[in-house]
Amino acid sequence: MFAELRKAGVMALNARNADFIALENPRQLYPAVDNKLLTKALALKHGVPAPELYGALSAPHDIRDLPELVAQHQSFVIKPAHGSGGDGIVVIDSHRKDRYRTCSGRIYSWGELSHHLANMINGQFSLGGHPDQAMVEYRVRFDPVFNTVCYLGVPDIRIIVYRGYPVMSMVRLPTRSSDGKANLHQGALGAGICLATGRTINGVLGNEFIEEHPDTGMAVVGIEIPYWEQMLNMAARCYELTGLGYLGVDLVLDAQRGPLMLELNARPGLNIQIANGRGLISRLERIRQVDAGEKTAEERVTLTQEWFRHAP
Amino acid sequence: MNLRHLFVLVATLVVIGVSAFTYKVTRLGFPLLPDASSQLWTVEARIEFMRYTPGPAKVALEVPTNPVGFGVLNEHFVSRGYGVSIREEGGRREALWAIRRVQGDQAVYYRLSLFRDQDAKPPRGADAFPPVPELEEPYASALEMVISEVREESADVATFTGTLLRRVRKANADDDVALLLEDAQTPLQRAEVARMLLAGARIPARVLQALPLTSDTRQVAMMPWLAVHNGTQWLYFDPASGEQSLPRDLFIWSWDSASVMSVSGGTGERIEFWVTRKLEDALSVAKRRAASHGSRIVDFSLLDLPLQTQSVYSILIMIPIGALLVVLMRNIVGVRTFGTFLPVLVALAFRESQLISGIILFSTLVAVGLAVRFYLERLHLLLVPRLAAVLIVVVLMMAAVSVLSYRLGLEIGLSVALFPMVILTMVIERMSVVWEERGPGDAIKEGLGSLFVAALVYGVMNIDLIRHVTFVFPEVLLIVLAVVLLLGRYTGYRLTDLRRFRVLTRNPPTPGPD
Repeated sequence: MFAELRKAGVMALNARNADFIALENPRQLYPAVDNKLLTKALALKHGVPAPELYGALSAPHDIRDLPELVAQHQSFVIKPAHGSGGDGIVVIDSHRKDRYRTCSGRIYSWGELSHHLANMINGQFSLGGHPDQAMVEYRVRFDPVFNTVCYLGVPDIRIIVYRGYPVMSMVRLPTRSSDGKANLHQGALGAGICLATGRTINGVLGNEFIEEHPDTGMAVVGIEIPYWEQMLNMAARCYELTGLGYLGVDLVLDAQRGPLMLELNARPGLNIQIANGRGLISRLERIRQVDAGEKTAEERVTLTQEWFRHAP
Repeated sequence: MNLRHLFVLVATLVVIGVSAFTYKVTRLGFPLLPDASSQLWTVEARIEFMRYTPGPAKVALEVPTNPVGFGVLNEHFVSRGYGVSIREEGGRREALWAIRRVQGDQAVYYRLSLFRDQDAKPPRGADAFPPVPELEEPYASALEMVISEVREESADVATFTGTLLRRVRKANADDDVALLLEDAQTPLQRAEVARMLLAGARIPARVLQALPLTSDTRQVAMMPWLAVHNGTQWLYFDPASGEQSLPRDLFIWSWDSASVMSVSGGTGERIEFWVTRKLEDALSVAKRRAASHGSRIVDFSLLDLPLQTQSVYSILIMIPIGALLVVLMRNIVGVRTFGTFLPVLVALAFRESQLISGIILFSTLVAVGLAVRFYLERLHLLLVPRLAAVLIVVVLMMAAVSVLSYRLGLEIGLSVALFPMVILTMVIERMSVVWEERGPGDAIKEGLGSLFVAALVYGVMNIDLIRHVTFVFPEVLLIVLAVVLLLGRYTGYRLTDLRRFRVLTRNPPTPGPD
């Protein structure tokens, strides 16, 4: 029954949880990725660029400090430090007096925004409902490279890093039907990226291979992603940063600052296989076999680019 | 190394579980099926006699000890005004009824309940070798003759006895035996002669008195049976046919041919035996059987708890089965549910409310709760107070449903009180978050998944056999634990992966490394 999936080398949830996450990711290392404030501090230490932190709100009475924190910044992002799956994130495009306008055009009054922050601090968006902190940080200005193939939302690049080797990558492009969200099963478009060349391959929408973006009609295959080497190196360095053997690294491309590490994930999803049109297992096996000796992030990236080169 | 550790653990659990289970089934006779019944016989001995003048009377009755193939559940001594005592002496147990002053028709009863018990301890040790009976002529030479002839035709104690008994049966054609049997009229007397002949060969033998246990209620009479010791064990023979056998339905009352009853101070005494068979709940028989074995297993089982606690455990002990199902549904099939074990708790609530009305109640509660939750969202409440508010509304709703349905005469609504309200509150909160963040489709899908699993768990929990087995044999939970541990290392695909990753079974348009 499962022969076809096995032949395609598909890694499913059970295998990911038992064979990779349980073995490669020791529990005590999770805080480094689950707490985004900690991730950001570690990234700063290891020289991995990340969006600048304007401030963190840890208690309800801190909320009134927000206007002061963002006085110098027209746009900013609020996100829960322990959030997951993008829940609770608010991107403010501009603000004047007590009115905050999100990038999708919704206007928050000060009362609404502080209620949202209070919920966030009380743990509505955190795993397990624990009290949380709200982060206020730099809002990424997306590089225009994806402008033709992105409908609203955030185009982000996900790289799976196994034992420090980037093994697979994709870019997630929101569509009209995904309502600006980047989740593949909600209708976002995923496109695998060739690790060697940084060019997109195999656009996948739902369960179909496609070549053009459904809303803009532009080609999604063959887009060349700038700073690709730099991105791979950043991703590979995240292994030293966290110590986690199986890691998902989320990157965005800022128009001015180049690639920025947005967040890390100790339980990265499996849809990256769909975006690439191929399973992860054989690549992971390959790395399991050759992993020997200490190598720098740059050496690992070079190796992985040799192994996983797609046909031009 | 990890895996071997797991397999050893799993194997140990399975072995312990299976062996405790088999021990209880085969050795203690715990019933595998619910409502199984065991045969239980009641044997009643009724002794009647007459005393014409007022005065003391005494009745002695030999009563069974350690009957072969049976266990004694209980025994009762019934009489009017008599004092009862038990006397035990040389493997013989005697009940004594005594009264100081009595007159007229008298009756005393002895009643015992028996169940079949193949493992009863061996009845008794060997007797000493009997002396050769001293007889006068011509009996002595007849005895000698018969013994030497039978010895020629036999090899051991068993065949000797068989041959001898066959000769006794066909006494007419055999002068020597006929001579010895000339005064023996009753089967008991004939058996006595056979015993005497065996004593002539110095074989320890006993004439037993036994009752046939019938399947209907009727009066039965003692019949003689012969037990011969071959040096290692007792062998049983039917003195009438000479066959070596001990029928399953034969209940050995006495290991002696002497009358089991004696009356002093009365006349016209007679004894009647009545046998009744009834079918009793196999479980209670098994419990008493285990107790009669001196097995402590029942003392430390759920069956020994007070009844009220038992009824609680009969439900709790099903939870592992539900958990196993949840594991199967989530990790093998891939159904998504709210809260890991919410479906199990909801299924427990369904037990009281029945399935259909349970589903209706659950959906109503969640739907109204969601509506309230969405309304509260507009009030901008903090998280914990909002959860508390939803909880209060859920409780009020449950009370309202109960009162309303009671007014309408629907008993079903009362069972709503068993729904796990705190968990329902969390489900409502979680569902509303999923609803807002991922859209109603996902929320409803997960809600239906939870309901489906709950209904499935309910269905399985309602199978009588499973309820019975988990309660009577809690050790099967060790096997369940082993299965769950094994499933914990299942790294294969889920059924839903087939759909989710079906695009990967096609060839991607861009070739490349795999």
